[in-house]
Amino acid sequence: MAVLEVENINVYYGSIHAIKGISFEVNEGEIVTLIGANGAGKSTTLNTVSGLLHPSTGSVSFLGQSLAKVQPHKIVERGLAQVPEGRRVFAQMTVQENLEMGAYTQDNKNIHEDLEKVYSLFPRLKERMHQTAGTLSGGEQQMLAMGRALMSRPKLLMLDEPSMGLAPILVEQIFDIIADLHKTGATILLVEQNAQMALSIANRGYVMETGKIVTTGTGQELLASPAVRKAYLGG
Amino acid sequence: MIFLNYFISGISLGSIYAIIALGYTMVYGIAKMLNFAHGDVIMVGAYVCFYAVARYNFNPFLGVLLAMIVCTFLGIIVERLAYKPLRQAPSLAVLITAIGVSYFLQNSALLLWSSNPKVFPSIIGRGAFKLFDGELSVSHITALTIIACLVIMVVLTLFISKTRLGKAMRACSEDKGAAQLMGINVNATISLTFAIGSGLAAIAGALLCSAYPTLMPTTGALPGIKAFTAAVFGGIGSIPGAFLGGLMLGVIEIFAKAYISSQLSDAVVFAVLIIVLLVKPAGLLGRLTQEKV
Repeated sequence: MAVLEVENINVYYGSIHAIKGISFEVNEGEIVTLIGANGAGKSTTLNTVSGLLHPSTGSVSFLGQSLAKVQPHKIVERGLAQVPEGRRVFAQMTVQENLEMGAYTQDNKNIHEDLEKVYSLFPRLKERMHQTAGTLSGGEQQMLAMGRALMSRPKLLMLDEPSMGLAPILVEQIFDIIADLHKTGATILLVEQNAQMALSIANRGYVMETGKIVTTGTGQELLASPAVRKAYLGG
Repeated sequence: MIFLNYFISGISLGSIYAIIALGYTMVYGIAKMLNFAHGDVIMVGAYVCFYAVARYNFNPFLGVLLAMIVCTFLGIIVERLAYKPLRQAPSLAVLITAIGVSYFLQNSALLLWSSNPKVFPSIIGRGAFKLFDGELSVSHITALTIIACLVIMVVLTLFISKTRLGKAMRACSEDKGAAQLMGINVNATISLTFAIGSGLAAIAGALLCSAYPTLMPTTGALPGIKAFTAAVFGGIGSIPGAFLGGLMLGVIEIFAKAYISSQLSDAVVFAVLIIVLLVKPAGLLGRLTQEKV
């Protein structure tokens, strides 16, 4: 079943035509990746799905229901969580408070169970639960941003450039965690510039260029495709 | 002993500034705007309380409660009609609008209640506690003002740090986009902030006019500006900063009146503000925001 269906959306920033009629879907239990260079429109696509931007034409539906005219905070309630680009943790709030904010739409009685889950996934966060998020390293902040999104018990987790600005060893750690989440049944939409890493864990991928989807295929197909290799993987 | 008397008066005046400054600082922290109409909400609160108590013989505390309810709604309505449509507008447009709302409220008050000053009945009478054989005299309203300020400080701090809604307010003040992605209704949170600030303004209005009983449509303007100064002094956006700034401003003002010159007291207050901002540009407890990339 398609968890997310995006059909032929066009998005404008003023007069700039940022997204030009793209369509894709994410099925239950899949990791799907959107790859492409800086400025291809990947984050714009995610922000449109989250309701922060509105498509001028086309439709976005989540779990079979249209998201047109649904306010962003209501979209979260329906089970769609986004880990934004640049992590955007609440720097002056503690790690624990950040996680509590992630559970804002959730019933309070589940919160302890969910906190334990996140802490077991990211033991580093448990060590630092009373520290303010601004004092964490970049990698820890990325873990916090992911943990915070998981607190909303998402039916679809969207990750925007989780590897951005992280050391290679941390990038591997983050991708291991994404792969683990997938094994436990999570449905994930992953936006990445690091095409190699993203395609190696993804079931399927879409390649974006200047607001359009130019190629699609399974992760392995795209990794092997000469065109993709040439454009994104250094030959 | 006279020094102590002045000090207590200063703390009491400062408590009023602090309660008003909270409205400025909370709204600034969350909506990132300076609501220059805030001072006039105090005046509206004072008028509502005045009519309830002096004309309709309400119990004074019921009068204050009624003023709080009216001001809370006034704050929400002003935000909805005047500021919400400008959410994406440049900050200068919002600032000019706030000044416009301020004049609108003052002139509406002029129409409704005329420019004749009203003599505000103290909500707690004009008695005083005499201490040290009458050497130290603390009026009831002074004591009530200080207690009200302390209670508000404790309750508000607990609300902001412990409750779900309070934490959501902090999240919105840091990053509205990220807060939205948590499922927080940012517009409702901004409304809530205006509601709390305006409700507190009503309390400040009743306390202010009980201590200085002349009520006119312009009554809120100067205390509003002073409280704004207090908020900047303490670090705008910071709740403890608003308290510290308010109390210090009150004490400095009263001391300047007592020991320097009552005419120059405002000049002294603003001179101290300038010195503080030169040394600590973000205010006493303010933070200069730095973004991690």
